[in-house]
Amino acid sequence: MRALTWQGKHDVRVETVPDPRIINPRDAIIRITSTAICGSDLHLYDDVIPGMKSGDVLGHEFMGEVVEVGPGNQKLKVGERVVVPFVIACGQCFFCGKQQFAACDNSNPAEKADASELAYGYPMAAAFGYSHLTGGYPGGQAEYARVPFSDIGPIVIPDGVDDDKVLFLSDILPTGWMAAVNCDIESGDTVAVWGCGPVGLFAIQSALVLGAHRVIAIDHHPHRLELAKSLGAEVINFEETRVNEALAELTGGIGPDACIDAVGMESHGLSPDNLLDHIKVKTFMATDRVHALRQVIMATRKGGRISIPGVYGGVADKFPIGALMEKGLTLKTGQTHVQKFSQQLLDLILDGKLDTTFLISHRLDLEEAAEGYKNFKEKQNEFTKVVLKPKFTRH
Amino acid sequence: MAKKTTRTTRGDAPEATAKDPNPAAAGLANAEGEDTLIGRTVTINRPRQELYDLWRDVRNIPLFMVDVVSITPLDDLRSRWVMKGPGDTRFEWTSVIVEEEPGYLISWATEGDTDVSNTGRIVFIDSPNGRGTIVRATFTYDAPAGALGKLVAKVTQHDPRMQARRALRRFKQLMETGEIANAGSPVDDR
Repeated sequence: MRALTWQGKHDVRVETVPDPRIINPRDAIIRITSTAICGSDLHLYDDVIPGMKSGDVLGHEFMGEVVEVGPGNQKLKVGERVVVPFVIACGQCFFCGKQQFAACDNSNPAEKADASELAYGYPMAAAFGYSHLTGGYPGGQAEYARVPFSDIGPIVIPDGVDDDKVLFLSDILPTGWMAAVNCDIESGDTVAVWGCGPVGLFAIQSALVLGAHRVIAIDHHPHRLELAKSLGAEVINFEETRVNEALAELTGGIGPDACIDAVGMESHGLSPDNLLDHIKVKTFMATDRVHALRQVIMATRKGGRISIPGVYGGVADKFPIGALMEKGLTLKTGQTHVQKFSQQLLDLILDGKLDTTFLISHRLDLEEAAEGYKNFKEKQNEFTKVVLKPKFTRH
Repeated sequence: MAKKTTRTTRGDAPEATAKDPNPAAAGLANAEGEDTLIGRTVTINRPRQELYDLWRDVRNIPLFMVDVVSITPLDDLRSRWVMKGPGDTRFEWTSVIVEEEPGYLISWATEGDTDVSNTGRIVFIDSPNGRGTIVRATFTYDAPAGALGKLVAKVTQHDPRMQARRALRRFKQLMETGEIANAGSPVDDR
């Protein structure tokens, strides 16, 4: 089959690779109909995430048609259309039982789990198309993908619903949603969102659906701020404005009740020295992610809540632990427990309460994936989201 | 050689987690003279009898332990183990079950004079807070070729501590999900 493979820094290529096959009883094989490039794919592209191997098939946002089902899967049927969560979860361990699917104990192969156990104290769950620290499972920027535990993850999509409407159930919509859920929004609340990339934009939408009185969004890309405004947020351009002062003024001197860091610093990966270097450089939000989180902690009102969907990998310097403690803040974070939210979010989409199609700026053939990566990285203002389709015919 | 340690307060922590673990203090049969103590605990969301039964039949062990060339039952208590070591080396020994309590405990030791002597115990305890079964493996061994052997084992991925950790993970995967996680990546085979 054809698949987008990682070769090294700024080097991804569509190549012919072996077709996936059923390995375990609960596996299924999906013929991919749509797959997207995620912001976190860019950090693989920049070669700042450890544990990549030349030839890895990327992609963790994908959907398609079930073409083969293993004998241990009593749920999925050939021909069904499904969206696949990026987190691979078994559904049967202690963590899955608590719906903490992103903490699944059984999806990361035993020989791969040592690295994250060393880095974080306990081994992490597996994900598609990512580092071998999270399993090294081939991803979905391909014609076909093998989906383990396919009786747990994939959500079946009713006929007649376009791919574009539901594709983002795979990652960024539930990620934005969980970010808002983690804010424990109360009536009258103001929620501030740092970063108007896909996750930030979906967090804005989600916060409003979950009852936020007001959402204030912070970014510097004009197009992304326009999108935030079109979703109902008030916006702040951090290149022009002293953000925390503005937030205090806009909230009557109280401060935002909850703040979402949708920026993250995953590009720093697990390398503390790299991280320290970055802290020393200028403090624009898009390049110095520590600055964003520090700003979030300083901006949140006393007794408020902080939610971090942005991905962090290593250690932080000059973390304002005093502000966190003295103001009595609550902080929630984590990789997204996608499976927990799939059905609820599908229902909201089908009821017309959430629309995610506005985000898609470009649709490309899978064969054009390398160009998609380059543009998504270099032209962030225009390339808000790239969707790849195998054998795509432009209308 | 077992290290001699004096403690004023032992606390409740397992001996294997001591900063200076004493293999002789782990309560294992026939552990005299062994130099390395390893302990690892996992919680498995299945009834303990089921876990015990699978583990008790040594023919199942290659399902979740790698580096096994063969494990051959000799009689109900004894089995012959052949394991891969660093490079082309092979380690062989005969293991004897020296104590068992069905559904709860299996304790074993190597038979006779061997340069890979080891002794161990696995217990299956009902989780007191309703989380399934707590499985605790404890074993001691004499590293072949001493400290150098330990280093070689570690860099060649044949370290017993690593093997035990990974075997318990696979055992848990198998018992909880019915399968063992496999990335199925062609890249892994390169």
